[in-house]
Amino acid sequence: MSVALTMPKASAQATAIREAQSVCASQPSLLVAGLEKSYAGGATPVFNDVSFAISKGQSVAIIGANGTGKSTLLRCCLRLIEPDKGCVHIDGADLTAACKTRLRRMRSGVGFIFQKHNLVPRLAVLSNVMHGAIARRKGARCWFHGLAPAAEREYAMHCLEMVGLADLAARRADQLSGGQSQRVAIARSLMQKPSMIFADEPAASLDPHAGEEVMETFRSLSERTGMTLVFVSHQVAHAQRYADRVLGLRQGRLAIDVEAKALDTSILGAFYG
Amino acid sequence: MADAQLRPILPQRMGRVEFLPALMFTAFIAFFAWSLHQAEVDIGELIAGIPNMARIGADMIPPATDRAVPMMLSLLVTFQMALVGTVVGILLSVPLAVLASSNHTPHPWLYTASRGLISLFRTVPDLAWALFFVASVGLGPFAGTLTIIVDTIGFCGRFFAENMEEADPGPAEALTAIGGTKLDIVTCAAIPCALPAMINTSLFSLEKAVRASVVLGLVGAGGIGVELSVSMEMFRYDQAATIVLMIFFLVMAVERFSSLARKRLFARQ
Ligand SMILES: Nc1ncnc2c1ncn2[C@@H]1O[C@H](COP(=O)(O)OP(=O)(O)OP(=O)(O)O)[C@@H](O)[C@H]1O
Ligand SMILES: [Mg+2]
Repeated sequence: MSVALTMPKASAQATAIREAQSVCASQPSLLVAGLEKSYAGGATPVFNDVSFAISKGQSVAIIGANGTGKSTLLRCCLRLIEPDKGCVHIDGADLTAACKTRLRRMRSGVGFIFQKHNLVPRLAVLSNVMHGAIARRKGARCWFHGLAPAAEREYAMHCLEMVGLADLAARRADQLSGGQSQRVAIARSLMQKPSMIFADEPAASLDPHAGEEVMETFRSLSERTGMTLVFVSHQVAHAQRYADRVLGLRQGRLAIDVEAKALDTSILGAFYG
Repeated sequence: MADAQLRPILPQRMGRVEFLPALMFTAFIAFFAWSLHQAEVDIGELIAGIPNMARIGADMIPPATDRAVPMMLSLLVTFQMALVGTVVGILLSVPLAVLASSNHTPHPWLYTASRGLISLFRTVPDLAWALFFVASVGLGPFAGTLTIIVDTIGFCGRFFAENMEEADPGPAEALTAIGGTKLDIVTCAAIPCALPAMINTSLFSLEKAVRASVVLGLVGAGGIGVELSVSMEMFRYDQAATIVLMIFFLVMAVERFSSLARKRLFARQ
C-alpha cells in the first residue's frame, strides 16, 4: 500500500532528474531536480520545482530581482540551508541523501564565494587560504598556516599566486581592501581543489574596477582549470560577458534558461518588468 | 454647540484613578514600610553610633606599619590566588562556553546542561562556594583559588558564550561550506572572531576576582582577608587601616592595568 503511494512521487522525481539531465551530453557537474524551499513562517515557498543541469566546465549566471531566492537556491545546493523537497546531485552523487561525513566530503569539492568575503579577520591571509584544505586534511594541521605541512603551504602560496596576491600572504586578513579580500576568498576555495565554484554576488560589495578584476579572475581560472562556475549577479553585463548560460529566477520558478549570447533586451524586459 | 465641539478639552488636573494600579501602589508602600522595620533601620542608633565611628576612625590614624611586610606577602598571595583562579577558570570556560552557545553547541542537551552548570556557578554567591571549599579541602589559599575558579566559570562561561553568539556568523558559514567539522569551525572561526570580546570579558573577570579574593579570607579561604578579620577582632584599627589602603592600591592597580590593556587591544583594530 505504502509502496503504491510513494511510487508516483519517486517516479516524478526520476522523471525530473531525467529531464534536467537530458540537457547535458555527459555526466552533469550539478544537477538540481524538483527543488523546493519555504522558510518557516513563509506561507508560499521561495521557489518550487526548480530543475536544471549544468555540464562540466560551463559558466552559468543566475539572475533575478531581489528576494527571488537566488542566494537560497545556491545555499540549498550545498545544504547550507536544507531544501524541503527535490534533490541535488554533484558529479553524479546525491548530495541530498548524503550522511554528515559524506556531506562534508562532497562540500569540500565545491568552492563557495559569498557576497561578503567571510574571511577570518584576525588570522593571516595564508591561514585563511589554508582553511580551504580543512576537509582534505583531518586534524589541526590546517587550522593555522604555521602548523601546516610544507606541501600544503606551498600549494596555498600557489593559490594566492593564481589570484595575484602572493605578496600579501603574511598580512592580516582585516587589513585588506574589499577586492583583495574577495580574491583571498577565491584563493581559499582554490585550495579546496574544487571541481566547481558557486559564487553569490561576488562583485556586489566591490567598486566597478575591483568587481571586474574578480570576475576576470574567475574567467581565467575556469579557462585554466576547466572548472564549473555558477554565479549570481545583478549586473546583466557580467552575466553576458562572463557566463555561457543564464538562468533567471522569477516568482519561484526558472523563467529564463538561455545561452548568454541570446540574452537581449526583449527577454530582459519581459523578465524584470 | 459648534463652538464647544471645536474647542480642545482642557485635561483634568488629575487623571482618573485606576483601581488596580492604586491597589498595587498601596501594597508596595505597605510592604516597604514593613521592610524598613525588618531591616531594623533606626536613625537613633545611627546617631548613637557616630561617636564610635569617630573613635574607630581616629584609631585608624596613623595606619600601623609594624606588620607591613607579612601583610604585603599576604596581599601578594591574595593576588596570586586571583590570578591562578582566573586563568584556570578562563581555560575551563572556553570549552564550556562552546557547548553553551546556541550556534556552536553539538547537541541541545549539552547546551541545556552546560547553561545549567554555568548558572549554578554564577548564582550561588562566592562566599557560599568559599565555605563549601573550606569545608572540603581545608583552610587556606587553595579553597580560595577553587572559589575564584568557580566564580570565573560562572562569569566567563556565560559571557564567552554570548561573545560567540554575537560574533559575525560569516566565517563560520564559509568553513561549513568548505566541509569543516564542528571542531574546525569553533577553533578557526568562532573563537578567533570572538577573541577581542573574550579578552575584554577576561580582563573584567580578573578585576572581579581580585575584589572577590579580598573577602574570601574572612571565611578562612586564604589571603589578606584573614589579616583583616584578625586586626578587627583585636581592635587594631590602625592595622586594619593599613590593610584597607593596601587593598585599595591593589584593586586600583589591577583596574588601571586592565583598562590600559583594553585600550591597546581595541586601538589595534
Ligand atoms: N533566514 C530567512 N528566514 C526567513 N525568510 C528568509 C530568510 N532568508 C531569506 N528569506 C526570504 O526568502 C526570500 C529569498 O531570499 P534570498 O536571499 O534567497 O533572495 P535573493 O534572490 O538572494 O535576493 P537578493 O537579490 O536581495 O540577494 C526573500 O523573500 C527573503 O525575505
Ligand atoms: Mg542574495
